[in-house]
Formats: sequence, C-alpha cells, structure tokens
Amino acid sequence: MTTSTRATAPAPLPGRPRGTNAVTETLGRFVRARETGILLALLIVILVTTIKNPTFLFSGDGWRDLLLTPSILVLVAIGQAVVIITRSVDLSVGSVLGLSAFLTGKVFVSFPGMPIIAVFLIGLIFGGVLGLVNGVLVAFARVPALVITLGTLYAYRGINVVWAGSGRINASDLPKEFLALGTGQFLSIPFLAIIALVVLIAAGWFMKNIRGGRELYAIGSDPSAANLYGLKVTRRIIFAFVFSGALAGLAGVLYAARYGTVDSQAGTGFELDAVGAAVIGGVAIVGGSGTVWGAAIGAILLLTINRALPILGVPDFWQQAVVGILIIGAIVLDRVLALRQSRRLIKERDASHV
Amino acid sequence: MAITPDSSVPAALELRGVSKAFGAVVALTSANLRVDLNSIHALVGENGAGKSTLVKIVAGLYHRDAGDFLLRGESVDFSSTAESKAAGIAVIYQEPTLFPDLSVTENIFMGRQPTNRFGRIDRKAMKVEALRLFERLAVRIDPDRPAEGLSIADQQIIEIAKAISLDARVLIMDEPTAALSGVEVDRLFAVARSLRDEGRALVFISHRFDEVFSLCDTITVMRDGQYISTDPISEVTVDEIVRRMVGRDVTELFPKQEAAIGDVVLSVEGLTQPGVFTDISFTVRSGEIVGLAGLVGAGRSEVVRAVFGVDPYAAGRVIMSGTAVPKNSPSQAMRLGLALVPEDRRKQGLVLESSVARNATMAIRRSLSKLGLIDSHVENKAAAIWSSRLEVKTNALDAEVGTLSGGNQQKVVLAKWLATNPRLLIIDEPTRGIDVGTKAEVHRLLSQLAGEGMAILMISSELPEVLGVADRVLVMREGRLTAEISRTEATAESVMFAATHSQEHAA
Repeated sequence: MTTSTRATAPAPLPGRPRGTNAVTETLGRFVRARETGILLALLIVILVTTIKNPTFLFSGDGWRDLLLTPSILVLVAIGQAVVIITRSVDLSVGSVLGLSAFLTGKVFVSFPGMPIIAVFLIGLIFGGVLGLVNGVLVAFARVPALVITLGTLYAYRGINVVWAGSGRINASDLPKEFLALGTGQFLSIPFLAIIALVVLIAAGWFMKNIRGGRELYAIGSDPSAANLYGLKVTRRIIFAFVFSGALAGLAGVLYAARYGTVDSQAGTGFELDAVGAAVIGGVAIVGGSGTVWGAAIGAILLLTINRALPILGVPDFWQQAVVGILIIGAIVLDRVLALRQSRRLIKERDASHV
Repeated sequence: MAITPDSSVPAALELRGVSKAFGAVVALTSANLRVDLNSIHALVGENGAGKSTLVKIVAGLYHRDAGDFLLRGESVDFSSTAESKAAGIAVIYQEPTLFPDLSVTENIFMGRQPTNRFGRIDRKAMKVEALRLFERLAVRIDPDRPAEGLSIADQQIIEIAKAISLDARVLIMDEPTAALSGVEVDRLFAVARSLRDEGRALVFISHRFDEVFSLCDTITVMRDGQYISTDPISEVTVDEIVRRMVGRDVTELFPKQEAAIGDVVLSVEGLTQPGVFTDISFTVRSGEIVGLAGLVGAGRSEVVRAVFGVDPYAAGRVIMSGTAVPKNSPSQAMRLGLALVPEDRRKQGLVLESSVARNATMAIRRSLSKLGLIDSHVENKAAAIWSSRLEVKTNALDAEVGTLSGGNQQKVVLAKWLATNPRLLIIDEPTRGIDVGTKAEVHRLLSQLAGEGMAILMISSELPEVLGVADRVLVMREGRLTAEISRTEATAESVMFAATHSQEHAA
C-alpha cells in the first residue's frame, strides 16, 4: 500500500505555499529534463578527452574548435527540431545549405562591394523561399514530408550541380572581412558561435513562450486534435518549413565564410546530421515533444564526439558506428522514458481514483 | 413543468429541416432539434439515425445541404470548427482529442493562451485560471501534468473546462458515459447539472436510458435521419422511446431462453500476471452464459485475452474440456474450440477495407482453401451461412465492412468466429455502441447459441445486460475475482458492490 500513498502525495494541489518550493521545483525540473542527460553526456565526453589530452579544451585552438565546429550544424538542427516537433521532417536542409553557400560566393563574385549584412539577408530569404516550397508542398499536397523533402533534396542539389558545374568558389573570390567573420572571435568566442547562440535563444524563447510556438507542439502532438481546436495547422506547418529553410540558408552563408571554398557538393549529408542531432537531443521523431535546446546540444555532442574519438584512440573506422549507436541509444532511451512516464501517469490516475 | 416550445423566446440552438448527404448516401433527410437555455436535452436514436452527422453540422465539421440553423434566433453558417467555437458551441466527444504531450493547462488554453503586452504567454495566469475552473467543477486534476495517461473521464472534464473558459452557451456531449465507471458518471452528471443551472444549454447523446431519464429534462428522438418527436422527459416512458427509435415494438430487451447446462467446457485455474490480474479461477459450462462484470480497467479484457493466448500470464492453467490450452498461442486455442470476439471490433476484429465475405470467413480460410487458393464462390457460400442467420444488413457480401453500421459490423465479427464452430465463445462488450434493436438481436442470438450447447463467457460493462443475459455473474475488481453470483441472486446492487467494494457507489 506504500505505492498508493506515495503516488497521491506529489499531486500538486491548489493553494500550495509558494517560496522555497519554487527553487526546488525549478531544480527538480532541470534534473528531470531530457536535455540534462544529453548535456551531461557532452560534459563527460569533453572531460574524458581533456584528461587524455589537455589541449582538447585548454588551448586557444582547442577552445575555438569546440565552439566553432558545431555552430553551423546547431543552426540547421534548430530548424530541423522545429520541423520535427510538428511531426514532419526536412531532408532538404543540406541541399539548401549548399545552394545558399554557392549563391553567397556568386554574389560576391558579381558584386564585390556587396555589404556583408546584405549577403546574410539574401541567404536567409533565399533559404526561406526554398523552405516555402517544401512547406507548401507538404501542407497542400498532403504527402508525407519525408517524401516531399527527399524529392527537394535531390532537386535542389541538382540545381546546384547544373549551376556550379565543375566550378567552385575560392577563398580569393570572397572579401577578407567576410572570411574573417567565419573564423574570428569576440572575447574569445567565435562569431559563428555567437550567431548560433542568439538564434538558439530566440528560437527557444519563441517555442516556449509564444502561442505560435506552442501551437507547433500541439500540431505535432495530435494533428487531428489541432484541427478540432481550430488551430491554423496549414499556416503553422508552412512556417516551420520556412523557418528551417531560412536557417539552412543562413548556415550556407556562414559555411562560405568559414571554409572559403564552395563547390556543388557543399553541405551534402548535413540533413542526416541535423536529424541525428535533434533525435539525440530528445526531440521525439513522432513530434510534439523536445526542445531546440536539446537539438542544439545534440549537434554539439555529435560533432564533439567526432573530434574526440581520434584523440581517445578510436579508429576512424568506428567513428560512424559510434554516432549510429548514439542515435539508436537516444531513441531507445526516449522510448523507455516514455513508457515509464505513461505507466507512472496511469498509476497516479488509478491511485487518485481509489 | 410543461416544456412547450415558446416561440417568443429564441432557443439556444435550433435546427429545422436540416439535410445532409454524402454522395449517394443520405445521412439526414430532415432533422429538427430545438434546445433551450437552462436545459439538458437528450438526443436519442439508433446507430445510423443521424445523431453524429447532426452534431458534426453543429460543430462546423460538415456543412448542411439544406435547412435552417439558428443560434439564439439568428441564422448561422459555419465553415470551420473555429467559427462554431467562436459562436459559443462546444462539443465533447466520446473519446476527447487532446494533445498528449502537452500539459493539462495548455490543453485547455491552446490557441488562446493569456499573454502579456509582448505576446509572451502568462503561464502563471493560465495555471491560476485552470485551477479556478477545476475548483468550479469540483474536480482535482493536476494542471501541470501532461494529458497523456489521463482517464477518459478526466479528459472529458478537461474538454468541459475548455468549454466553460470559452463561455460556451451550448455544450454537446456525444456518448460521454460510454467508457466511464459509475463514480465518474455521477461526477459528470453533477457537472452537467451545474452547467445547466448556470443558464447553459446541454445536449446529451446516449444509449443508456437510465442515464437519459435521470439527467435530462427534454428528449428528442431521431430515426433514419429524420426527426421523430420531442417531449418533456416526464411525459414519456422508456418503452415508448424505444418504440419510436426502432419504429417497432421491442417486446423484450433481454430475451433469455432457458438452456440445459451441461459439463464444464472451460476451466481456468489460478491465472496470474503480476500487476494485471491475480489468482483468477473459474469455470464455464456448456449451455451456460457467464457474465464477467466489473469497472473499466478491472482487468477483465486482460484475463480473457490471456485465456485465448493473446496476452501472456505468469502462473496458472487454462483447461478446455480436459486438454490444457498452451500459453501464447491463439491458433492452438482456436483449434481447441475457443473463439474471442474482441472489444474493439474496428481495430481487432475486422479488416475494414475488405469485403463482408472475406471478413466473415477470415477465421476459416484454411479449411476453405484448396491447394492454398480460395474460390470466391466457396467464400461467398460460407459467408452467406452465418451472415443470413445473423441477419447482417448489407447490400452485398462484397460490400466493404467499413461501410456497415456498428451493429452490423459486430454481426460480421460474430459470423467470423461462429464459422469456426467454437465450443466456447468469449465475447468482450458485445453491444458497445450498438443501437437498441440490434442489441436485442445480439442478446437473443447469444441465448440461442447457449441453447444449442455453446459455452459463452461475456464481458460487459452494462449492468442490465449482465443481469439480463448471464446465468452466472463473475465480478472483478482491480485484477481479482471478488464475487460469483448466480442469476437468481444477481442484482444491480450486489454486482456493483462487488465491483467497487463500497456501497455508496452501488448504482
């Protein structure tokens, strides 16, 4: 009978005294959050690798790489997370990134005096338009996003190949200030990481505190209920794809700044890393739960592990397998947690009915 | 207390001569409904009478083909659920659709959360408001928990809380009590009455007449997509209403024929699955109908699924006429003469896209096939035997099962299992969601099968059904058998007492 007394006790009741509770409550929520586990995993990877080789963290380059390497993927993963939360998926982000990166180079080649901020805007809008194509197809054709965006993945990449041919953009085509942005830093934090963080905070705030953001969760949680509630489902889904496309477009501009060289294959495979990052970060692939924060931490973990494994002496050969295990592990963990949660909730319900 | 329609005061909701067709299928020919404020209005009719279509028109999901639709005297025309909602109409469905991942509070306020000047959702205000709503409804639900795992009763309460916070003047409840226990029904009714007293109009759709008569003040009957009658509830009787619903006399709701009770067919000994059911022992004899009663969630379906070999069990034995039934093997169980008609016929009992004939012969395909092939002629012939005996109402045996009404679907599932010539028929909620006329047919059929020597184990949440049909009643509570009551001693009180263990809940 201990179970029933335990189960009824934590049910918060109206008029519970506030104060010290608020602190423990926040702390408790933090400990229980799905993101905490992934953050912990990231810290452990950094810690273990640093013990093995202190320069991994404690050197100018080590610190910079830790923050700089994942920045571009973080942006794409944020967009991907927003789309997955609505129970869709955007497989075209790698191709959008590649096209946007190539476009950035072409703009500088054609208009060498172009202000950098204008190039950023062009990348955002261009990506947003490609995302709009995805969103409109998904929302109106009523074909699963998996198929639509698989199609646009190839279509956008095809356009890129036709456009670029065997040509490429070289660092010498790009203005110095633009390239400096890609590797430079402010207060020893890379600019790219700052951009990613600003976008992350804004997107996280939007998803948590704005009606539009909450409705994205609602749509992913139960699309038919969203219709019955009278939510603007079509408009929101299109928004999610435009958002994801715009971030991929922005990521393309940053890609050009960071690497300097862009050919027709830039960004290939990014879509899978982005989906992997979101899933590892606790965004449920069936929609409705997870946060952009989780996806961002997932992206950092994914790329940090890639850099850590050689240092830890794991052969190249195994690195992809480790990433695979990580993704499967994350999904299995989510499933187990979800089952435990639903069992706990049912138990609480039964206890409250006795 | 005469509730004569007073045309000087506009009704909260009024539909006149509404019709609706889907292609060639006419769902409504001329439906009328006039619901006043301060009233709980019952809408009854057999399945297929057009109640659900009418509700969907009011909810803005369908658009009527013809007729008038007035709200407080003014003609309205909805093209979306959002418009209907904005006009003050709330519909509470039998199985509410909530967002499982989101909190109870968010479920109430989704799409119209209170925000501050900058558009930021004011979570604190939202929670306070949710608690205020629950207090007003006198229920205790944690506003922060996710909707996932909530009982259907609590989900309905959340829908009602949503409706109140929207200040809906018209609430439509479509068979809200179908999946509720006695206590939950009492709570829902208390809430419904208080909403009525606040001056709202409620429409209550139900197949349970005891509930209709205890809750509602006015009753409208529909049949075959048409309006039949509206009366103050005090001026009609159950028999009259049933007659209007079916358009014929249902002489007896539960026709029971006496059958000779023979040898033990099924014997279950000490069946246990930790956390689900414990130490279940009982027997079923040939010619006997054993009712398995209890509240929803007591573990009844789990026990019969274990007996049939669908679900696992940790300890105990199942013996069929002296032969042990192996665990986890429905095909062995079928070979030994067991048949299970599941609770959820749409998901577990039928392939909705397939034909009546194919569904009806699903369990005997092996014996019908020659060299692994089935002649559709043979299939149709086999299907025709039971389909005609059960009076399945369908245009043709090759019609898709999904197009049949609920009662006829249930008959097809029965036909499928009866074709295997079982010695023991296990039937889970045989008449859930089935109209009165077909219910009586199902009961007559069960009784007839028992008369022919079949042993029948019937799970039912409807007390009158258990009491009317069963020779012996077993009662389960929280995974245990708590009582075995003979037909002569079984009363609503004794069964409810064993199901709840507390007298105050006895219905």
